Amino acid sequence: MTTTPILKLDNLGVTFPNHPVFKDLNLTINHGDFLSIVGKNGVGKTTLMRTILHQLRPTHGQVTYLPDPNHVKIGYVPQFRNIDADYPLTIEDFVGLNLTGWKWPWLSRTERQAVREILKETGLEAIAKRPIGQASGGERQKAYLAQALVEAPNLLILDESTASLDPVTKTDLLDLVQELNQCLDLTVLFVTHDIPMARKYSTEYLMLTPRGAEQGPIAGLTQNKVWEGENV
Amino acid sequence: MFSYEFMRNAFAAGTIIAIICGIMGVFVIARNMSFLTHTLSEIGFSGAAFGIFAGWAPLNGMLLFTVVSSVIVGQLSARSERREAATSAISALFIGLGILFLSLANKNASYATSILFGSVIGISAADVRQMLWLSLLVLIVIFVIYRFLKFDSFDHTGARVKGLWTNSLSITFLVLLALSVSVAAQIVGSLLIFILLTLPAATAKYFAHTVSGMMILAVALALIGVWLGLVLSYVTNYPVSFFIAAIEAVCYFAALGWQKLQTAE
Repeated sequence: MTTTPILKLDNLGVTFPNHPVFKDLNLTINHGDFLSIVGKNGVGKTTLMRTILHQLRPTHGQVTYLPDPNHVKIGYVPQFRNIDADYPLTIEDFVGLNLTGWKWPWLSRTERQAVREILKETGLEAIAKRPIGQASGGERQKAYLAQALVEAPNLLILDESTASLDPVTKTDLLDLVQELNQCLDLTVLFVTHDIPMARKYSTEYLMLTPRGAEQGPIAGLTQNKVWEGENV
Repeated sequence: MFSYEFMRNAFAAGTIIAIICGIMGVFVIARNMSFLTHTLSEIGFSGAAFGIFAGWAPLNGMLLFTVVSSVIVGQLSARSERREAATSAISALFIGLGILFLSLANKNASYATSILFGSVIGISAADVRQMLWLSLLVLIVIFVIYRFLKFDSFDHTGARVKGLWTNSLSITFLVLLALSVSVAAQIVGSLLIFILLTLPAATAKYFAHTVSGMMILAVALALIGVWLGLVLSYVTNYPVSFFIAAIEAVCYFAALGWQKLQTAE
């Protein structure tokens, strides 16, 4: 595994009117890292993700993609998406939505092949033609993951994307992400409240608390530490 | 029936309208813009009334008002919590303006009826050509931005994360919608325009499994409604917009019933 940095946060801070969310956050994330981001609700985990995704402008500090933004391709998997149950969109179609590089309305042969491969990899091949609105919670999360992966990202953000899943589906999904992390050097940011899962899969952690942030190797993260952080 | 030039023009115009409404309707439904479409049609009425007042062709007045207002409506409706209230306010204002312009133009009630409910008789070959060019423009833009529009319409979260220019896409779509509203108003009238822009696509949603399938079915349903409506209007001498509205509404309710039966099984 290389130690080349892919993402750097320098003195990063976001302040909403009269309410500092987080401040002075410094962090370097290397290629192939599996970083869990933990902390109670309201400490700014989602705000941090939105800042990293450039959807939110930081109040101070900066987010830097390395070596430059053109070399960082981000895949994002949220916990929830507003998908109508009646949408005429198969799982295969849904995954293909993320392919916006080609000019024609229809997918090229290469793109269709890429979709088929990622569906196979995520175990969705058998239900590729099922409407996304009729898929189960676990199948949807896998479809979200497949959509994020179809463009071969090198940075994957899982934003509480396993929160509503049962333990078996959760493990299934994270096993797959871990495999991609280890085999393809995929960098993973895993936002979660599930400390045992964070300990099982991550290599590093970042804990956000009202008084600041703490980071280190995952072995240093315990449930007690999170509780203490939450009670600050 | 086809020995009359106005019927040939009406069928040509109806076919263009059905195609454009079927395709645009898919995105209207996916983006939950039925109410906004209804508002744009009322703005179309106001624009047509302004056109008459200013001595222009009603279509040109409609184009001006709907295109300009679509951008304003889009900006005001950006926040979902105030979307309905903002849309209602704009709708009320423009209906009022439409009535004012009609009054200032000193035109009788039949003019208002024609704008509101459409007219088969009044469509000339020049009107058909203008509709054709406008529709081609809409179709070309849709073709070019199709992938981005589909992504943003069916998975807004994913499109935003991808960094797609979702705000510009939204405004582009609203301008295209305004053009479609102005084109479609020629037959069904501004009051009933949203029928063709919403119901065929809303019906198709229950039967299609892909976006392209939904588009084909929506166009087919719109064509059936327009063609059958024109024939029935010719035979019975009742307004074409009534028949189109009735056919599309029956199809929609049948689709709802079918969906309920499927769910029950």
